[in-house]
Amino acid sequence: MTAILSATGVELSFGATPALRGADLSVAEGEIVAVMGPSGSGKSTLLHCLAGILAPDAGEITFDGVRLNDLSENARSELRRDRFGFVFQFGQLVPELTTVENVALPLLLAGVRRDAAIRRAREWFGRLGLDGLETRRSGELSGGQAQRVALARGLVAGPRVLFADEPTGALDSLTGEQVMDLLVATARDQGTTVVLVTHEARVAAYADREVMVRDGRVTTPAEAVAP
Amino acid sequence: MSVPLTLLGLLERAPSHGYDLKRDYDTFFGVGRSLPFGQVYATLSRLTRDGKVVMDEVSPGDGPERKRYVITEQGATEVSTWLAEPVAPEPHLQSILFTKVVLALMLDRPADAYLDGQRRSHLARMRELTTVKQSGGLIEKMLADHALFHLEADLRWVDATTARLDALRTEIRQVKP
Ligand SMILES: Nc1ncnc2c1ncn2[C@@H]1O[C@H](COP(=O)(O)OP(=O)(O)OP(=O)(O)O)[C@@H](O)[C@H]1O
Ligand SMILES: [Mg+2]
Repeated sequence: MTAILSATGVELSFGATPALRGADLSVAEGEIVAVMGPSGSGKSTLLHCLAGILAPDAGEITFDGVRLNDLSENARSELRRDRFGFVFQFGQLVPELTTVENVALPLLLAGVRRDAAIRRAREWFGRLGLDGLETRRSGELSGGQAQRVALARGLVAGPRVLFADEPTGALDSLTGEQVMDLLVATARDQGTTVVLVTHEARVAAYADREVMVRDGRVTTPAEAVAP
Repeated sequence: MSVPLTLLGLLERAPSHGYDLKRDYDTFFGVGRSLPFGQVYATLSRLTRDGKVVMDEVSPGDGPERKRYVITEQGATEVSTWLAEPVAPEPHLQSILFTKVVLALMLDRPADAYLDGQRRSHLARMRELTTVKQSGGLIEKMLADHALFHLEADLRWVDATTARLDALRTEIRQVKP
């Protein structure tokens, strides 16, 4: 089984604080992996390294056969834009834009023409139960609605990998379930690989398997398994 | 799970043949473990003996399917009382998980490895239940949710205990045999 994404011996410190101390993780194409572990153990840092947001001090990250360590800052940011999607705990929608513009944003950044981008963004609204909310601003949405908009934005460009950091962290359990149902169904549908950071077992139970991060290391057997 | 009271409750909904009663029981309460016919009829005859149910001949002849069971006022009162009564709050203070952890620490066995294993099996079960939820109807969803929330509670305890294992070991070892 070849991994689409892997971390090998990744170390990273913030000043004197070691956040990752030799983290290994290997994710198969199309797999949904939950990353669990105590607060401060290094889950988000690992996700940021895997996604090429942070460059590790030591160890390597590979995506689709390419060593991210060898890429320039610019090349990594292109990779993030073209191949990766992101959903965070708080949707981080752009408040000045309408929801449909927010969803279209990754397409616009990738150079898709505005009318085509808006059209593709609109297609997500029915699917995620957001019909009629296209022209609202993010301040006019409930938390669950905003999170579904963020999910649409994360998926609209058809990423190879979706990185989700506590995507249901701010939601009640039924709303969180709705977001997870949609996330998993869409990822399966598109064959998107998902790295899902969560401390909630009920959320992790949507994944194909879970790994635990403790003190900057991945402790549960971390080999990729076929989904 | 109280089978007699559940059957009484179904009878309050409508008088039924034993066969229909079993079918309704299995639909709502028997997911994964249906009620044997023998138990249905044994329970009904006890309820009849105790005056909570009476038999009502709907068609001539004999055989169990000719008879309908009808709830009595005494039976209905019992159902009302039962439905209003809170169940004793369950999770017992000391579960088997707790016992294993304390003994493992006492005997210098790898409690952390045990807790990791427990965590993995709990999560594996939660994954199965999540799959059930994604395909099943609302009744299956509700049942799976009930199990999921309980397993989640266990897991939170497992995590909290894992985080305090060293302190716990020290405290337990202080008590000499
Ligand atoms: N930007 C930063 N600057 C300094 N220290 C940081 C920074 N980001 C993270 N850290 C530190 O690195 C360690 C790992 O943090 P990280 O955010 O990866 O944890 P986490 O597992 O995601 O925790 P949580 O569940 O609370 O989100 C922590 O000690 C944290 O304080
Ligand atoms: Mg985090």
